[in-house]
Amino acid sequence: MTKLVIAAIGPASSVQDGGRHGAQRYGLTPSGAMDRLALAIANVLVGNAPLAAAIEIGPFGAAFTACGGAVRVALAGASRLADVAGRAAVCDTSMTVADGETLTLGFARAGSFSYLAIEGGIAGEPMFGSLAVNARAGLGSPYPRPLRAGDELPTVAASGAAELRIDLPAMTDAPIRVLMGPQDDEFGDAEKQRFLDSEWKISATSDRMGYRLEGPVIKHLYGHNIVSDGTVNGSIQVPGNGAPIVLMPDRGTSGGYPKIATVISADLGRFAQLPAGKPFRFKAVGMAEAQAEVKRSAELLRTLPDRLRPIENFDLNIEALHDANVAGAAVSAVDAETWHAPSADAPGC
Amino acid sequence: MSATLPPPRLLPSGDSAITVEFSRNIDDAANQRVLALDRLLARDTIAGITETVPTYRSLLVHYDPEVIGFDALSAKLVALALRPVPPTATTRRWRIPVVYGGEHGIDLEDVARALGATPDEIVARHVAGHYRVAMIGFTPGWSYLSGLDPSLHMPRRQNPRLLTPAGTVSIGGVQTGVQCLAGPSGWHLLGRTPVRTYQLHRDPIFLLEPGDAVTFAAIDAKTFDEQDRAAEHGEIVAELIAA
Repeated sequence: MTKLVIAAIGPASSVQDGGRHGAQRYGLTPSGAMDRLALAIANVLVGNAPLAAAIEIGPFGAAFTACGGAVRVALAGASRLADVAGRAAVCDTSMTVADGETLTLGFARAGSFSYLAIEGGIAGEPMFGSLAVNARAGLGSPYPRPLRAGDELPTVAASGAAELRIDLPAMTDAPIRVLMGPQDDEFGDAEKQRFLDSEWKISATSDRMGYRLEGPVIKHLYGHNIVSDGTVNGSIQVPGNGAPIVLMPDRGTSGGYPKIATVISADLGRFAQLPAGKPFRFKAVGMAEAQAEVKRSAELLRTLPDRLRPIENFDLNIEALHDANVAGAAVSAVDAETWHAPSADAPGC
Repeated sequence: MSATLPPPRLLPSGDSAITVEFSRNIDDAANQRVLALDRLLARDTIAGITETVPTYRSLLVHYDPEVIGFDALSAKLVALALRPVPPTATTRRWRIPVVYGGEHGIDLEDVARALGATPDEIVARHVAGHYRVAMIGFTPGWSYLSGLDPSLHMPRRQNPRLLTPAGTVSIGGVQTGVQCLAGPSGWHLLGRTPVRTYQLHRDPIFLLEPGDAVTFAAIDAKTFDEQDRAAEHGEIVAELIAA
């Protein structure tokens, strides 16, 4: 049987898909990809459904070996160095790893999470319609936990289809947009303004449950305990110490801290990709803008297949590299050292 | 309930969910309205709603803004929330076995001391209660029950424990609850149940529903061990006494 074997992998890497929905009333959180658009890009490049299960790879490096046949894969999301058995590999393109060859990925250079989609998907046993790993609930398949070296992901042999790249709209570095509420009335005007006017950084202690923010202390009007109510991806809770936490896909389904604002759906993936320590700002928008952006993101996701292009020669690879750089707001992907380097030195992804 | 009910507050929880808030406090009447709206939405679905999550005082309604916008959905939810509460055709009533005290309920003695009672009196009061599943949340199967005897109300621990055992039955503030998975908790641990409120590969995976009625029955440690083994193999050791 064809499989992709994890030769090496860092923490915060797991199988993720569009998530499992419908059981939040029982305390089961959706989980799913931190950056759905990046997941969809990787999947569409190898002909999979946009939100099929793929490997979510945290900020550290990783290596994958094809066994029992060639495996066709695509990498999207955080920019990183990559090579297949010494051949250059780039983000936002498909590539075939021959039987016995290893795809090696470096650290994320811009962004936090990359997605490695496998043509034909990952074979596993869905629970509540999803393979997504939720380690606390013991859910996920083929492994109900983060991936480790030695794990094997069963899949199908590469089809031999021509490799593809994808033309993506340039990504923005703009502030992360939020809708105020649902409990913004637990904060005074000055505190809300402080939240919106300040520069924030994501703490290194963040994970798939929540991103802790470093910045000014946000004070509550009436104390920090409210009666628990429901949460969503992007809920911004302010606990007793005044340091906001943005809830991510492995969040608790309910929480007892006031939620000052909520990251809009369209900006969640971009927010998830912010590296720890990088300064950013929030910007309040209205419901009309947020819901228009939901439609725009959904339209982009639906039309990803129309953006696929054949790869005809190396120049196109360079172009894809350049696009990937713009798209991922990378700082060093156009570094001469990176793409003039001999391919054996793992050129840029 | 009459049509003079105060309308709920509709709070945007981002662009794809609305919090329908009936009260800011833990309030039995508010919880009844939450569960009633949840039942109405299960019966007469509104296109675009993808999932509802009842809590003590609010119903979180997830929706797809490509199908229905915030204003249109808000109007429909308010209209539904003001309709008379439909009677519950059936209430499931569960009896859940609990071994109290000792290694299974390490806070029982301290709770008794703090409340000026004996451990046996605390257990008797806890077992005498008629509870309702007000919400399930935080982690899979964590069931928050309303109906705790006011003489058992006490503040949560100053220092929450990072790890409490699976099956813990505890009290905190005005609440009592059954947790399924091991995890952090700031509540006072009275005992443990062998019942799994969440168990994969069992039918049903989730045992309790918001709105279910619950009573507890004290068991000894030997019975706990037997039932715990049976539960591990997928048996539902809770007793369904009325449906």
